Amino acid sequence: MNASHYDIAVLGGGNAALSAALTAAERGARVIVLERAPRAFRGGNSRHTRNLRCMHPLPTDVLIDTYPEDEFMADLLRVTGGATDQTLARIMVRRSADLPRRMNRFGVRFQPSLRGTLHLGRTNAFFLGGGKALMNSAYAAAERLGVRVVYEAEVVGVCIRDGRFESVEVRMPHGAEAITARTVVLAAGGFESNLDWLAEIWGEAASNFIIRGTPYNTGTVLRLMLDAGAESVGDPSQCHAVAIDARAPKFDGGIVTRLDSVPLGIVVNKHGDRFYDEGEDYWPKRYAIWGRLVAQQPDQIAYSIVDSKAVGRFMPSVFPPIVADSIRGLASTLGLPAGTLAATIERFNAAVRPGTFDHQTLDDCRTEGLIPNKSHWAQRLDTPPFHAYPLRPGITFTYLGVKVDERARVVMKGGVADNIFAAGEIMAGNILGRGYVAGVGMTIGTVFGEIAGRESSDKAATAGSA
Amino acid sequence: MTEPLTEAMRKAEHEMVVCNACRYCEAYCPVFQAMEQRVTFQRADLTYLANLCHNCGECLYACQYAPPHEFNIDVPRTLSRVRVESYESFAWPSFAATAFRRPWLATLFTLVVSVVILQLFSSSPLARTFVARATRDPADFYAVIPHVVMVTLFGVVGLFVVAAIAIGHRRFAGSARDDDPRASHEGLRHARLGSLQATRDVLTLRHLHATGEDCVDGEEQRRPWRRWLHHCTFYGFALCFASTTVAAIYHLIFGWIAPYAYTSVPVVLGTIGGLGLVVGPAGLLALDLRRDAALTHASERALGSAFLSMLLLTSVTGLLLLVLRERPYMPVLLVFHLAVVLALFLTFPYGKFVHGIYRGAALLKFRREELV
Repeated sequence: MNASHYDIAVLGGGNAALSAALTAAERGARVIVLERAPRAFRGGNSRHTRNLRCMHPLPTDVLIDTYPEDEFMADLLRVTGGATDQTLARIMVRRSADLPRRMNRFGVRFQPSLRGTLHLGRTNAFFLGGGKALMNSAYAAAERLGVRVVYEAEVVGVCIRDGRFESVEVRMPHGAEAITARTVVLAAGGFESNLDWLAEIWGEAASNFIIRGTPYNTGTVLRLMLDAGAESVGDPSQCHAVAIDARAPKFDGGIVTRLDSVPLGIVVNKHGDRFYDEGEDYWPKRYAIWGRLVAQQPDQIAYSIVDSKAVGRFMPSVFPPIVADSIRGLASTLGLPAGTLAATIERFNAAVRPGTFDHQTLDDCRTEGLIPNKSHWAQRLDTPPFHAYPLRPGITFTYLGVKVDERARVVMKGGVADNIFAAGEIMAGNILGRGYVAGVGMTIGTVFGEIAGRESSDKAATAGSA
Repeated sequence: MTEPLTEAMRKAEHEMVVCNACRYCEAYCPVFQAMEQRVTFQRADLTYLANLCHNCGECLYACQYAPPHEFNIDVPRTLSRVRVESYESFAWPSFAATAFRRPWLATLFTLVVSVVILQLFSSSPLARTFVARATRDPADFYAVIPHVVMVTLFGVVGLFVVAAIAIGHRRFAGSARDDDPRASHEGLRHARLGSLQATRDVLTLRHLHATGEDCVDGEEQRRPWRRWLHHCTFYGFALCFASTTVAAIYHLIFGWIAPYAYTSVPVVLGTIGGLGLVVGPAGLLALDLRRDAALTHASERALGSAFLSMLLLTSVTGLLLLVLRERPYMPVLLVFHLAVVLALFLTFPYGKFVHGIYRGAALLKFRREELV
């Protein structure tokens, strides 16, 4: 392949990658997208997403009410506890306003904002059909714009000389190849599906983690860049993890492995003991801490137990509950010590204070004198049949990434690289140093994808004319 | 409903459980909105959802769990299989359900039987008696098959077909086991409004373009052809039916006997309708060859192509008859055309035609549920 064949090599095939590729191709750049996954599983974790967060000063056709810039910033500061680059965050927030319209240009469709029932209808624009539909539209647009997309293309080496990108070594079904391009956009995600890397950090426990998204986010590009001297951001030992059904597939289970029964009952570990306040707050505000909580339990397993009073009060789950008519029966099915479990539930039931149950509000049903107590929705577990769901930590994404500047250029130890750009999860840690707020990952990916696409095509154009 | 689920229904149940936990597709169509109103999926629920599905295909391509994902979610194809099974289970008389399993064989068999019947009637001594009294116009259809024979034959078959379809519809509605919404005043208002909305949904094929764009024939291939060709077919058929009705009025009330002039109302209606019935079915048959096969179960595709072929044969022979009605071989053509029409009618309750009946009933149920 001759040296000037491509202006831009995009490493990755998710929303950030396609955002960069489409923006650059629209500006006339010759773009190649190297997607590690086969076509059927293209799109990285974007294929499992559903919406993106957008500020908007006025109601739009896809967003109700208003979501001002300062409120978005405040939400971001709150969830990250300040672990954010405020300059980059501000850029992302401001540019988010225009995203639905701009994405629509590439054929991406959004759900109308008609249904007020979605509690995110004010802050988040929902892709019609979800993230895979979004990616289908983006790939179709890429084809129209003449972007070359290669599937099953695994990056195995990145050649950087004197802080400048030169070529990328790619393993493809038909053999290995070095692809040269004037610029590169790194959009290959985090390392959450690299089980060895996870084990380096969390030890044996990592073998019990479930990866909610793509198996292709092995962090190869991230590791190559860090080894090549890129500055890192984000805590290398942190990941976003939620408690999901333990029966979920190892990878790619996505949204449906979610389990919403926790606040309606109790959660015990493999010894039959409770370990955390199940009713601390509304589940959407708490599910993300339960991944870590379960990860800290022996064998990284826990069981959510409810009685028949709770059935039908939480979102239906994909996996059927494990049902028994008695606590002892349940314990034997689950393989838990029956005596301990019975004692735990007996103590719990005795500690429940009278109150008016309302699972829609932070009600006054709580326990007293327990360690830990349950603050809300505490009802005696006394009405068989009893239902149990096994829980495991489900990893969504990792925080470690490469540092970028406001033009999406990667910051190397020796200074800013002028032809290496990054977008998406691989640089999300610049803005989302910790925590999470729904839809912000897709906003970061789209905005910095656009910035990377524009900057890289400009850079390639000047390099070409030089 | 305690009746056990079929294999296809068990797959549909699994898919609906996954879909209900995901719900990303909820803005595409009524299937997912109706699904969200349910927690478990029994036979009646699955039958209803299957018949609500227009097989537009969007949800297959949008699905993060579509094959080769291990969850193996393929809603359009699975529901198309359940749909055909439901046609079978509602068929009256029950033994005729076998026609849904072998649509081509059933169609050909019916066609042959119809040719024989028409042949018998056109050449029977009875027919000859009538023919002898008829006028000697070269385009006189009744000289070939007497009017009274034609009316009696098609009248009896028509009544049977209406009865069979009505019984099937009753069985479908009965399986849904709804409370009669018309029991209360408010319910009556909802029932009326629902009927109005459902009628509009049917006549406009609303759910083939309700998201603002047309539905897909393949991934990211949104084209209006399927909708417009269906309109050609549906309204073409309606015009042909209107043509026959007008002709009957001419004959019975005014005593005006066919053949009618090329510019007469029945011939104009029949010609336009006939052209619609050429373009529509031919187009849909061609489209089916190009449409992604993953979207539809083979059993439903076979039903569709057999039915479309019969419609096309009806319109083509009808138009030929119109053009060649003064030729000496008109009688042969007439007998064949009438045989095709007879076979078409006879297969109505046992082929793709019933999709319109059950789809309409499902849309009505959806609209009424939505209002409650």
